[in-house]
Amino acid sequence: MRSDNRFRASWGLKAAATFGVLFLNLPLAFIVLYAFTTDDRSFSFPPPGYTLQWFAVAWNREDVWQALFLSLRVASLATMGAIVLGTLAAAALYRFRFFGKEGLTLLILLPIALPGIVTGISLRSAFALAEVPFSFLTIVLGHATFCMVVVYNNVIARLRRSSPAMIEASMDLGADSFQTFRHVILPNIATALLAGGMLAFALSFDEIIVTTFTAGQQTTLPIWILNELLRPRQRPVANVVAVFVIAATFLPIIAAYYLTRDTQEVAGSGK
Amino acid sequence: MSLNAAAPRPFSTRLSTYLYLRPHLVLALLLTPPLLWLGVIYLGSLFALLAQSFFSIDYFTGKVLHQPTLATYAELLKPSNLDVIGRTVAMAAVVTVLCALIAFPLGYYMARFAGPKTKMILYLAVTLPLWSSYLVRVYAWRLILSREGVITWVFKSLGIESVLGWLLALPVVGGPSLTASYLGTGLVFVYIWLPYMILPVQAALERVPRSLVEASADLGARPRATFRHVLLPLAVPGVAAGSIFTFSLTLGDYIIPGLVGGGRPFIGQVVLEHQGAGGNIPLAAAFAVVPILIMAVYLSLMKRLGAFHAL
Repeated sequence: MRSDNRFRASWGLKAAATFGVLFLNLPLAFIVLYAFTTDDRSFSFPPPGYTLQWFAVAWNREDVWQALFLSLRVASLATMGAIVLGTLAAAALYRFRFFGKEGLTLLILLPIALPGIVTGISLRSAFALAEVPFSFLTIVLGHATFCMVVVYNNVIARLRRSSPAMIEASMDLGADSFQTFRHVILPNIATALLAGGMLAFALSFDEIIVTTFTAGQQTTLPIWILNELLRPRQRPVANVVAVFVIAATFLPIIAAYYLTRDTQEVAGSGK
Repeated sequence: MSLNAAAPRPFSTRLSTYLYLRPHLVLALLLTPPLLWLGVIYLGSLFALLAQSFFSIDYFTGKVLHQPTLATYAELLKPSNLDVIGRTVAMAAVVTVLCALIAFPLGYYMARFAGPKTKMILYLAVTLPLWSSYLVRVYAWRLILSREGVITWVFKSLGIESVLGWLLALPVVGGPSLTASYLGTGLVFVYIWLPYMILPVQAALERVPRSLVEASADLGARPRATFRHVLLPLAVPGVAAGSIFTFSLTLGDYIIPGLVGGGRPFIGQVVLEHQGAGGNIPLAAAFAVVPILIMAVYLSLMKRLGAFHAL
């Protein structure tokens, strides 16, 4: 009976925790492994041999590049929109008390609280009723809606942690609101903005559930992967693309983690 | 040099003063863009969805009749459609329970046993899969579960192929292979949504003050009793919060059962199937209203368990 039980986890608990971590992370290792296999027809394990040739094949695929560029363009624009809208919402909800504040908070969180398919089919219905043709912008519209939440979460968490006294001090010293924003508030929330932006980018870059409903005939990278999964034509190329997507999303996530490490309510507290 | 108050100030300063004296205007300026976006685009779309579900389709022309009717909801209540809803809800419930069982030990270990360094590594090990590509993670399971894949290989190497055969021969959940059975669907769902359960459970357990555990020990409770009567009840809001995500996300997913599944459709797949050009958008909309209603009931239940304070 010790009050400090920090160093005494039972054998069973350790085993169960280890199982959880392995279960979460081991499957990703297989993606990497299969990108090097010489087997191009099935998913046989262990791979019969290893090769680098699929990387070259994928590099020369025009359709992969086009899908990649579309995804990058969508993610950039959606992230920019999300940063502006999310920051404005965070600033308003942090600074002011007003009628309907609770409702508005719920409204901001709604796009991630409801299943993605609801957002998707809602936008699809609205486009159908308003006779809006599918385009690059219809994808961005959907993405910015749920990316906004990520930026909002990060920025409001940072605002809540920073002391209002700093802003008052700045005003007392004669700075006007714009100078205070530029020299006090912005440096304070800069890393939260960057982290929120990167997570929003990662989220948009591999979003598939909503995109299917708003893309029409366009192919983003996730849609390309999904098509390849449904109707496999060149499995090894898909394996290589999958490795690339893992790498492309890991970097911003790790960067975002380091940027908000000192915050308690970090990015993961709600996707 | 004297202080000259009458000298014209720069425009930005005057604007700043003007705004400082009118906080309501500032609030309006800040709120208008996000409110317009969410209010018009998002809420507008949700209402469009609701409106569509009260329209119906003319089966001869394939055109949507823009007249309010309950015919589409009557169609929704056909036995075959109720089957789809039942199957989806059952899967969501099983997935939620399994996620809670796997997440609890890990969250408990992270919150109360791991040192700062281990904790940081574990935190990254949970959040990286959460944020990394959903589709690629589903893809990984296609590789793993396939007939020639690593699971079959492990069972073969251990000489217990018959166990795998027995699992696949089970009624309802079995199938010709793991990629074509509900066993596989459930497994992939659990894997994909697990981080959503771990994080709130860990956060809830971490918030339990050490003094509570010490008080319990001082009053003579053995660690097991402390766990049972102090920690476990206080973890309930965390589990409830996590279950909102696992339940809601399973209800609306259409990719996983399409790629790894037993062939009979889930709600999401039916919605997707009906939303295309030759489909039935009103019926798709009515189907999409089902998860919203289920989630409304589920959220009110979880709210009683304190889930909203653990989000």
